Amino acid sequence: MADQSLISARGLVKRFGDFTAVDGIDLEVAPGEAFGFLGPNGAGKSSTMRMIGCVSTPTAGELRILGMDPVRDGTRIRARLGVCPQLDNLDPDLSVRENLTTYARYFGVTRAEARRRADELLEFVQLSDRANGKVEPLSGGMKRRLTIARAMVNEPDLVLLDEPTTGLDPQARHLVWERLFRLKQRGTTLVLTTHYMDEAEQLCDRLVVMDGGKIVAEGSPRALIENYSTAEVVELRFSDGLDSNAQYAAKLDGIGDRVDPLPDRVLLYADDGDAAVAEVHRRGLTPASVLVRRSTLEDVFLHLTGRTLVD
Amino acid sequence: MMTTLVAARISVSPGRVGAVINRNVGALRSGPSYWVVLISGFFEPLLYLLSIGVGVGALVGDLTLDGQTMSYAAFVAPAMLAVSAMSGALAETTFNFFFKLKYMKTFEAVLATPVRPFEIAVGELVWAVIRGSLYTAIFLGFMVAMGLTTVAGALAAFPATVLIGLAFGAVGMWVSTLMRGWQDFDLMGTGQFALFLFSGTFSPVQNYPVGVEILIQLTPLYHAVELVRALCTGIVGPGILVNIAYLAIMGVGGLWLASRRVEKMLCL
Repeated sequence: MADQSLISARGLVKRFGDFTAVDGIDLEVAPGEAFGFLGPNGAGKSSTMRMIGCVSTPTAGELRILGMDPVRDGTRIRARLGVCPQLDNLDPDLSVRENLTTYARYFGVTRAEARRRADELLEFVQLSDRANGKVEPLSGGMKRRLTIARAMVNEPDLVLLDEPTTGLDPQARHLVWERLFRLKQRGTTLVLTTHYMDEAEQLCDRLVVMDGGKIVAEGSPRALIENYSTAEVVELRFSDGLDSNAQYAAKLDGIGDRVDPLPDRVLLYADDGDAAVAEVHRRGLTPASVLVRRSTLEDVFLHLTGRTLVD
Repeated sequence: MMTTLVAARISVSPGRVGAVINRNVGALRSGPSYWVVLISGFFEPLLYLLSIGVGVGALVGDLTLDGQTMSYAAFVAPAMLAVSAMSGALAETTFNFFFKLKYMKTFEAVLATPVRPFEIAVGELVWAVIRGSLYTAIFLGFMVAMGLTTVAGALAAFPATVLIGLAFGAVGMWVSTLMRGWQDFDLMGTGQFALFLFSGTFSPVQNYPVGVEILIQLTPLYHAVELVRALCTGIVGPGILVNIAYLAIMGVGGLWLASRRVEKMLCL
């Protein structure tokens, strides 16, 4: 089993001085899988990604990447990885195309082959018309796509994406998702971190939820929602009275599976949202707004960590 | 185990070092700004040679070194050559290196590839020496044309300038990894200027009180100047072996420390 995994970790720990960033995690990523780390800032996602990327040495535990030891075979492993870091570190001194060709040289790709791959990848990320331009004038979404193209220049077996769409506008995000989805369809193994629930639902076959350096849940997006939430969620906002949401929550007790008062709204977890709303009204409560929606990973996250995501 | 770890750290792939240099060639070709920096670095020592070596030299007259009489310009020119080799390499491994390390995050991107920290350090140093050698080669051409050294002297001095570039470039790279911000570079500039003035560049160090003379003999540019002056004037003694050893240790030590620092900073 472990031999077939692209990534295999047992009791993986990363400490910086007294601070434990990653606190003993186990995981397996199979070839062709799209695997996600979901969690808030400081959960240990990026530290884990850096260990997988062989630029950070594990403090303790066992880690095998592509069947090799990252400490001993770091160079050989990195030769087969594609890395898209959280912050774009494109080279402003080089043109868009040169960013790809220059990067390919670090992997020992020949000049002619680098040029061929660069043109092909620019086509793939829809930047062919910017090939000879500078990097600086590119929009955030374009830079991100170029960074993703750069991560593909060595034809990697495994692509690591650290928050691939953080900071992008909705249109740019969807374009990045669509490109990543195409990569996934081609059979490329993707490992990504995100704190966007919709991103995890869109892209990941399987994911782990991290909090405080630990894995608090694991499964497919659907399975996580089924295990840790209800089919539907009712969002209630109250504006009449002076009562706090906690006091409203007390009055809602017993409706659905669970009641969760947040500062701005009360969440009612129920498999039948409409029936829950009817019960709310029957109890004489008159919320200013009512929204019945499908349960999402955000609800799973709230349930598991007991707090909202902070970006 | 320890030796294999050290061996692994310093084993170098020429292809990957070449790729690090290739990036700088690409940056050089991409715009005119780089050329401006390149040209300005070359003119400084030449202007000093003309103003002080030739200008002040006219007031000073000839001087005698180890029983050999020479013009003041011929005394100053090798020192300016050594300064040129120093500043050419330093410009690359300090400002440019620091910028790539701290602001452009160039090396972070490179370290995600098979390239290792030591290979980055070697590649950047080789590039710095290539740049410095461009200065010194042209400068030597001027010296020969002005009759300040012979062709044989110039040919002998050129490899010495390469060594000087390696030594200062490597130590400069290490110092850059310790810099907190641009302000620290002002401090470095002051240090560099002090070396420039007092390393036996404009007057023989024997002119200073013994205490100062010994102090100067401990500093690096003194050894660079002594070495190049010996080769350019043809007054070669066993002392140059000390100069060579001093510079070689600087180069190796600086390179080692710089790559360790890069690894510490970027491979957390």
